[in-house]
Amino acid sequence: MILAQLVFYLLAFVTVAAAVMVIAARNPVHSVLFLILAFFNSAGLFILLGAEFIGMLLVVVYVGAVAVLFLFVVMMLDINFVQLREGFLQYLPVGALVGLILLVELALVFGSIAMEPALGGAAVSATEAGVTNTEAIGRLLYTDYFYLFQAAGIILLVAMIGAMTLTMRHRPDARRQDIGRQVRRRPGETLEVRKVPPRTGI
Amino acid sequence: MPVPLSHYLTLAAILFTIGVFGIFVNRKNVIVILMAIELLLLAVNINFVAFSAYLGDLAGQIFAIFVLTVAAAEAAIGLAIVLVYFRNRGSIEVEDINLMKG
Repeated sequence: MILAQLVFYLLAFVTVAAAVMVIAARNPVHSVLFLILAFFNSAGLFILLGAEFIGMLLVVVYVGAVAVLFLFVVMMLDINFVQLREGFLQYLPVGALVGLILLVELALVFGSIAMEPALGGAAVSATEAGVTNTEAIGRLLYTDYFYLFQAAGIILLVAMIGAMTLTMRHRPDARRQDIGRQVRRRPGETLEVRKVPPRTGI
Repeated sequence: MPVPLSHYLTLAAILFTIGVFGIFVNRKNVIVILMAIELLLLAVNINFVAFSAYLGDLAGQIFAIFVLTVAAAEAAIGLAIVLVYFRNRGSIEVEDINLMKG
């Protein structure tokens, strides 16, 4: 049991430290790498909670897709990153004020709710014995939450098409396929049968 | 003694505060703001999964999946907008993005 506690505090500490570094790092590439670290550690926390599927999903979706997307965009944009850090101290008081207010509010909410005694104990298994976490989620997701699952797919489709149409640009010098012109072509315009006399050529 | 639920909630609250702090502090770089939003969503996910585990109800984990979906879509669209903006204006500073005077 003490091992679980130690692992929790280690993962939590690294997560918080990585989150701080995401905000404070000078170079956005470092920010992305710290974001990856934070997500890895939270995936460990989820596994500690018995939610293996979400933990693995976090690694696959965030580290595999979103973080790489961030890295690509950071590297594609040609920006002077030193200049970008100039306003840090200027906005520090406002940010600190907002953060402090939020923290106090969260603490007040936290202090005012009466925690159910059962919640103070260990995590109970959300699945019945013999059923893995992934299987239990699948049983729920494809039955009770089927329409929401489909809606999630539509959201991803819209995001995909939106991202593509937003970033597509028509360059005038690019040679593109013109389907109308292709279909209009007749063999007579392109093919020409010539009689080639021997030893003279065309 | 196992880790109580309140420790997970405290961790999520700290992460959420760091995210909000990051949004307000980074007034220059839009990409870091997007990353701060990802941190906020991560904090929410930790809350969902922690409650799900301690209440023994899988609905929280299902909802965390949907939050993950929306976060991925939001990141893709947000980065596409940043890319288009940079192509048109040559800058991603937040202070420069005031064309609509909003």
